[in-house]
Amino acid sequence: MRIDRTIIVLTAAMAALLAFTPFLPNWAMFLFTVSLCYGVVVLGMMLLVRTGLVSFGHGLYYCLGAYAAGTLEPLFGITELAVMIGSAVAVTAIVSAILALLLRKYRDIFFAMLSLAFSMILYGLLVKTSSLGSTDGFNVTVKTLFGLHIADTAYERYLIFALTVLICWTCAVLMHFYLKSHRGRLAEAIRDNELRVEYMGASVANTIHLHYVMSAVLAGLGGALMAVSVGHIDPEMAYWTTSGEFVFITILSGTGSVLAPFLGATIFESIRSFAYEYSPNTWQMALGITMLMVIMFLPGGLWSLFKRASRRVA
Amino acid sequence: MSVILEARDLQKSFGAVTAAADINVSVESDTVVGLIGSNGAGKTTFLNIVTGYLKPTSGSIYFDGRDITSLGPRQITRLGICRSFQIPQLFDTLSVRDNLLVGVGIVASAGGSWRHAANTDSEPAKAVETMLARFDLQSYRDMSAGTLPEGIRKLLDIAMAMVAQPRILLLDEPTSGVSAEEKFALMDLVMEAVRNQKVTVLFVEHDMEIINRYTHRVLAFSEGRIIADDEPEVALNDPEVRKYIIGETLHVKRRDSHATA
Repeated sequence: MRIDRTIIVLTAAMAALLAFTPFLPNWAMFLFTVSLCYGVVVLGMMLLVRTGLVSFGHGLYYCLGAYAAGTLEPLFGITELAVMIGSAVAVTAIVSAILALLLRKYRDIFFAMLSLAFSMILYGLLVKTSSLGSTDGFNVTVKTLFGLHIADTAYERYLIFALTVLICWTCAVLMHFYLKSHRGRLAEAIRDNELRVEYMGASVANTIHLHYVMSAVLAGLGGALMAVSVGHIDPEMAYWTTSGEFVFITILSGTGSVLAPFLGATIFESIRSFAYEYSPNTWQMALGITMLMVIMFLPGGLWSLFKRASRRVA
Repeated sequence: MSVILEARDLQKSFGAVTAAADINVSVESDTVVGLIGSNGAGKTTFLNIVTGYLKPTSGSIYFDGRDITSLGPRQITRLGICRSFQIPQLFDTLSVRDNLLVGVGIVASAGGSWRHAANTDSEPAKAVETMLARFDLQSYRDMSAGTLPEGIRKLLDIAMAMVAQPRILLLDEPTSGVSAEEKFALMDLVMEAVRNQKVTVLFVEHDMEIINRYTHRVLAFSEGRIIADDEPEVALNDPEVRKYIIGETLHVKRRDSHATA
């Protein structure tokens, strides 16, 4: 069996991150952490975009995942990392499975706005909840990983980072195989022509439902990993500008490969960090110009560069 | 021959407009039936009712003796009734190969519930190649469906309907938008591919030459009713049919017929 090139690149990137991060300065490790967390959210967005849907409210699941992980300590006294991640997956899966019953009936701008509305409801609720710190949010405490005490040890940050890398790698590999499966291929078919999909005997509604839940769980994972990595969460995670960033990165990345979201997120975070560092007053302009450039010159996203290059070689 | 499709007292109205009235038809398996009629006569409505896209106001549809009136297009497709469209319904951004692969994938992943989706080729890619060869589409394999010439789009649309290996195939104006020189070649190709698999075919067509050449039987629609139901020679010479559908001047010559073969 021929080994897939995408899998090789993913695995090499994972190995490189795991091997070299301990020697990198803190800011670089932070940049990679944020890029991975955003990347896994955008991985889910990519699946939705392939299905023809743009969600302007994935901050909902990003925030929900973070709060599902973070509130375990204040509510139940649980500080085990694996349980926190599991809780994020379970809560986002359940909530998205219910909301999808409504959302799967809508398309285009209606889908986008309705999902935005749901995310803003969560934002509103969290802002009014003073026991969870209202707009300030609260600190997230991790004490153990699979029972092993890691809090305040020298390797705490590295272990959390390594777990983030492993989870992102797993999600990307699974998504890669899913997109190549019979059902995964339905995504683009639904985007192109729902009527034909139904007349071929497959259910458009069920497929959209499944893809919505998958993307929500990925967003929840991203949120939970962000929460445990940064150690602080606040309602801003559900605010529409956060969802907007996910859409931004999705357009920047392109939907050609599961590598694209992680590449796009890393570039987005780098531009943001450096632009903020060197021109604190106009850093948003740097992002805006990047977006303009991508839309004008690379409508297929950054990934289309690689596609072009590989076609030239072939 | 056994009856494969039966419509009993079908009635369909959209407000004050009657699109189908007193439709009683039974179609024997392994035959080719032509549906003719002027625009708005109820031909496509009949196809839409059979495939479950529209629900009749009253009456029922039986497929193989089973009442399918309440089922939707998806369930009916799975039972073995597939259709093509007057305007081809394709996945425009995907290549011809991927269009068929999506179809093959749906068939393969549906597993046991597909009674008639006997996918003889174990590998999906092989099944796609078989379809490409059968419909003479190999040279278009890697072109995206949105850029194909209209005649090829028609052909691909029909190939898509055949992917699930249906028992009944409904074709909605297979030669509309196809040039006069190409239409017989297209119909020869389609009929050969379809008839090899003993599929019962119902097709809507405005071209009487096509009807005469390929059908065993003609249903003539006018204002939602069937005004003639007979062999093509008889139906096309029926005074009512001549008056409402064909016009007086057309003289149908019998060409070398595929229907009787």
